[in-house]
Amino acid sequence: MASQMEFDLTERILLHLESCEEVDTLHLAQQFGIEHQKIVGAVKSIQAHGELLKAEALTHKSLQLTEEGQSVALRGSHEAIIYAAVPGEGGIAQADLLASGGCNAKLGFSKAMSQGWLWLDKSVQPPLIRRRVANIVDHVQEQLLQLQLQLAGGEAQLSVSDLTDYKKRKLLQELSIKSFRLSKGPKFATTLTKLETDLTMDMLATGQWQQLRFKAYNFDALGASPMRGQLHPLLKVRTEFRQIFLEMGFSEMATNNYVEASFWNFDALFQPQQHPARDAHDTFFIKQPAHCFELPEDYVRRVQTVHSVGGYGSLGYGYEWQLAEAQKNLLRTHTTAVSARTLFQLANQAGGFKPAKYFSIDKVFRNETLDATHLAEFHQVEGVIADVGLTLGDLIGTLHAFFCKLGITRLEFKPAYNPYTEPSMEIFCYHPGLAKWIEVGNSGVFRPELLLPMGLPRDVNVIAWGLSLERPTMIKYGINNIRDLVGPKVDLKMVEDGPICRLDHV
Amino acid sequence: MPTIGVKRDLLFEALGKKYTDDEFQDLCFAFGLELDEVTTEKQMLTKEQGDVAAAADASEEIIYRIDIPANRYDLLCLEGLVTGLRVFQGKVKPPKFDFVEPAQRQVLKIAPSTAQIRPFAVAAVLRNVTFTQDSYNSFIDLQDKLHQNICRKRTLVAIGTHDLDTIQGPFSYEALAPDQIKFVPLNQTRELNGIELMDFYATHAQLKQYLPIIRDSPVYPVIYDANRVVLSLPPIINGDHSKISLKTKNVFIECTATDLTKAKVVLDTIVCLFSEHCAQKFTVEPCDVVQTDGTSISYPELAVREERVSVKRANAYIGINEPANKLADMLTRMYLEAEVDAKDGDTLKVKIPPTRHDVIHACDIYEDIAIAFGYNNIKKSLPAFMQIAKQFPLNKLTEQLREQVAQAGFTEALTFTLCSRDDIGLKLNKDIEAMPAVHIGNPKTLEFQVVRTTLLPGLLKTLVANRKMPLPLKLFEISDVVLAAANSEVGARNERRLCAVNCNKSAGFEVVHGLLDRVMQLLSVPWKTGNANQGYYLQAAEDPTYFPGRCAHVMFNNAVIGKIGVLHPSVLQAFELTTPCSAVEFTIEPFV
Repeated sequence: MASQMEFDLTERILLHLESCEEVDTLHLAQQFGIEHQKIVGAVKSIQAHGELLKAEALTHKSLQLTEEGQSVALRGSHEAIIYAAVPGEGGIAQADLLASGGCNAKLGFSKAMSQGWLWLDKSVQPPLIRRRVANIVDHVQEQLLQLQLQLAGGEAQLSVSDLTDYKKRKLLQELSIKSFRLSKGPKFATTLTKLETDLTMDMLATGQWQQLRFKAYNFDALGASPMRGQLHPLLKVRTEFRQIFLEMGFSEMATNNYVEASFWNFDALFQPQQHPARDAHDTFFIKQPAHCFELPEDYVRRVQTVHSVGGYGSLGYGYEWQLAEAQKNLLRTHTTAVSARTLFQLANQAGGFKPAKYFSIDKVFRNETLDATHLAEFHQVEGVIADVGLTLGDLIGTLHAFFCKLGITRLEFKPAYNPYTEPSMEIFCYHPGLAKWIEVGNSGVFRPELLLPMGLPRDVNVIAWGLSLERPTMIKYGINNIRDLVGPKVDLKMVEDGPICRLDHV
Repeated sequence: MPTIGVKRDLLFEALGKKYTDDEFQDLCFAFGLELDEVTTEKQMLTKEQGDVAAAADASEEIIYRIDIPANRYDLLCLEGLVTGLRVFQGKVKPPKFDFVEPAQRQVLKIAPSTAQIRPFAVAAVLRNVTFTQDSYNSFIDLQDKLHQNICRKRTLVAIGTHDLDTIQGPFSYEALAPDQIKFVPLNQTRELNGIELMDFYATHAQLKQYLPIIRDSPVYPVIYDANRVVLSLPPIINGDHSKISLKTKNVFIECTATDLTKAKVVLDTIVCLFSEHCAQKFTVEPCDVVQTDGTSISYPELAVREERVSVKRANAYIGINEPANKLADMLTRMYLEAEVDAKDGDTLKVKIPPTRHDVIHACDIYEDIAIAFGYNNIKKSLPAFMQIAKQFPLNKLTEQLREQVAQAGFTEALTFTLCSRDDIGLKLNKDIEAMPAVHIGNPKTLEFQVVRTTLLPGLLKTLVANRKMPLPLKLFEISDVVLAAANSEVGARNERRLCAVNCNKSAGFEVVHGLLDRVMQLLSVPWKTGNANQGYYLQAAEDPTYFPGRCAHVMFNNAVIGKIGVLHPSVLQAFELTTPCSAVEFTIEPFV
C-alpha cells in the first residue's frame, strides 16, 4: 500500500510539472496537503529512475514563536505576571512573591524591577515588594501577539534589536527549511517505469529479464554480514603458535593437569623451598585435595639430596629439605612443571634417553596483584629441547628461528637469573611500532642439578624458553587492558570483527 | 627481582666516568642488570605518596633505580655495584679479603634455649670504619635489601649492627620469656618488655610484618653484652643503647638465623661490601661463636673456594671456541679470578670469592663466561637431530572441534578457570559441599575460591557482559574443568569439556540439541536407537540448574557424558540474565 501511494505521488508531481515550468516542493506540499518530507521522498525516487526532472536545493528562513513565546502571547510576559502578583494595596515579601510566580518568577521579577514597575520597601521588617506604578502596558505580549498574527499571514515586521532580544530570551526562533525547486529534466515523462531490484528465478524461467530495466547498484554501500560463528582471538594466536612448533618438529606435551604437587612445580626444578615464588603471596595452594602422596620415591630422595647437601658437582643450597613441603598441592605456576614430568619420563623411558623437542601452550596460575596487564591466570608458551651436547648457541639459534616465524627478526639477549636455568637469558625484541626494545620471554639451559637426579645422561643438555601468549597478542593487536582480551568481559563484537591470525604477516 | 636506588653522581664518581643514561643502560644490559628508572627523591615521594607538600623539601639529585638479579647479593648497594662494574670493565682486580687478628677476639655464646626459636648465630667486627652520610645510608639500605630478599623478610636471617665501643663482650645469645626481656628499643626513650614491645609495634608501618615470626613463641631470642645490655631482639629490633651513628668507628655485626647457610652468606656479604670503608681496606676481624656443645667456630668464613673447570667443556656448553687464557680473563672480569692450570692446559682454576655465594656449580661459571663473552656475540646454531613431531591427541581433537563448532554458527568465549564457590554452587542451584570441587587455600578475592567444575558460569557471565549485542547469542567454549578425584596422583584431574549456550527470546532447546547432533555426526557417532549397543542418545533427567522436564543426560555408549537442557529461570536471575537460554555441556575425552 505504501509503495502504491508513493507511486501515485510521483505521478502527481510529474503531472504537475508538465503544466508548469517550475515549482517549489514546499509549495507542492501546501497545494497537495501532504507532508513536505513525503514530497521530497517521492522526488528522490523519481531521480532514481533517471533524469526525468531537475531539483535545485533551496533554503527558506522563517520565524516562529517558541513554546515559551506562545505562552507569553497567551498569558502575558513574565514581568507582567509578577507585577500582577503584587497586591495593589500594601505589598508582599520577596520570598512569597517568587514562590507564587512559577518557574520564570525570578526572571520576571528582575525584569519588572529594571522596568521600574516594582520597588523594594526596606522600611518595614521584613522588607516588602510594592508596586511603583499603578498600571502597566505589556509591550512584549502585544508585540508577540502581533507577530503571531503576521506570521500566520506569511510575512512579519520586526526591528533587528527586538528580534535579537526575543531570540536571546528564547521567545522567538529562526527556522531554516530546505526544499527543492523542480523543473523538467532532459528525459522528462509523466510516468515511471518500475525498476527491478534483483534478478529472480522467475525472470530466468520466463526470459523476462531481457525486457526489464534494473535499478542501479550503490557500490559504496557495504554488503550483508554473513551468518557465522567466530573463534576467540587469543585462541587463534594459540593455534598459530601450535602450528609454528609443529612446523619446527616439536611434539606437544600433555598439560591437562592444572593441579600439581609442589614437588614437580618447584623441587624437581631445583627451586629451594624458601624461594619467594613458593610464598602464599605468589602461588595458589590447594586446601582440598591438599597433598600429593604419589611421588617417585627414589627420585624424590635424589632431589632431597641435591637441594640439601648437593651432588652432581653442585654444593646444593644447604638447608633442611622437607618432604611435607614438596607434597603440598598447588595450581601450577608455570608449564615447566609439565616439562619436568616429561623430562623425567624421557630419562626413564623404555629403551633409554633419545633426543627430543617438546612444546606446550596452556594455562598457568599466579596469586599476583592484578592490574591492567596481569590476571591470576594466563597462558604460557614453552619450548624444550634435550640432546647430547646442546649449546647456548643452539638456544640462541632456535630462538631466532622461532621468533622469525612470529615476524620478529631483531632479538637481543640479556643475562638474567632463574633458579632452574644457568645460563639464563631474557629475550628482548625490537618493536618497530613502539620503536623500542621490549622483553618478550625467558630462556636458558636447565641446571645439571635438575637433569641429573632425573636420571638423564651426564652429557645431555636441555635448553628451554617460555613466554606468555597474552603479551605478544596484546602488543600485536594494540590491546591495553588484558580484560578486553580474556574473560567474560570481552566484547563479542571484537571477537566477531577480529582478523585471522597471521603473526609473520607484517 | 630487587631494585636498588643509587645517586647517579656518586655512582659515576666511584666508577671514574660519566655516562649518558643510554650508555649506562647498555653497560647494565651487558652485565645482566637493568636501569629500571631515572628519577629523583622528590619524584619518588610525589609518586608514592601523591603528596606534593611532603616532597617539597626532598632532594632533586638524580637517582638511578637498578634491577639486580635475585642471586647477586653482592650488588645490592653502591659499594658492591661499583666494584662489580669496575671489575667487569677490567679497570680493577677483584679485591682480596683478609682477616686481622685482634689481641682478643669478640665472643658470642649461643645458649641452648635458642634451639626452640632461632638456633643459629654468626658474628664479625669491622674496625676503624669511616662513615659518611652516604655510606651510612648505604649500610642501612643494604641491610634492608638483604632482609627483604635472601633473609626472606627476616624469617631466615636477621641482621643486627652495633657500635662496638658502647658495649662490652663477651656477648650472649639466649631465648627468654618475653616478660623477662627489658630494654629501650632503637630510637625510643622508654624501656619496654617483650610483651609491651609487641603491642608497641603492632601498628608500626615497617616492623609490624615481622612480629608474627616470634610473637606466639613462649620465648623470644635476645642478645646481651657482658653487662646484660640488650643488643637486639631479633628479628624485630635492636636496642637503642648500641645504635650506630656517623661517629661509629668499630662495628659489631651479628646475624641470627633459622638457616645457617644463609646467615653465613649474609655475614660474608656485609663484611665484604663494607670492609671497603675500614682504615685498612678489605680487612675483617673474626669473632668466636661458641656453640651449645661448647665448641667454638670462627666467623665470618670468607672462604675462597677453588673450582676446576674444563676449557673444552666450557666452550662446548656455550658454543664458542676461545683459548684457555681468554676464558680465564673473562672469568676474572666476572669477579671469579681464574688461571690456566699449566699442567694440562685444558683446566681452569677458578677462585670463588666470598662475595659470589651464588656460584654453586660449574654451570654458574659457564654462565659468567657467556656473559663476559657477550650473549649477543655468540654464534647462532641449530640442534642437529630431527624429530617427527606429534600433537597431544586431546588438543588435536579440541582444535578440530573448535573450528567445526564455530562453523556451526557459535562464537568462541575464553573464560576464567578460577571462580567463586557461588558461581558453581548457589547460582546453579547446587550444593558446593556435594561437589568434587578443588578448593584454593589462599584466595585473595572471591573470584579465586575454587577451580571451575563446569564451563557454564563463564559463558553465562560472557552473555551478561554482552547484553547489548543483537540476539540470538550463541556461544561455546572447549576447555578444561578440574574435578577432585581420589584415584589420581595429586587427587584431582582435568576434564576437557565442550559447552555451548543459545540465548534468545525463546529458549530454543533445539539449537543446542542440533549442535550436539552435528558434533556427534562429525565424530561419526550414530544416534542410538532400538537395541543398538553403540551411539549417543538423550535420557530425561532432573537437575536443579535446568528447567523441570527440560533436561536430559547426554548418553554415549550407555554412559552419562554430559547434560543438555533449558536453564532454570532462577539460574538466569542469579546471573542477571533476562533472556531464556538453553545449554549443552559434555566431556569430549571419550572421543579422543
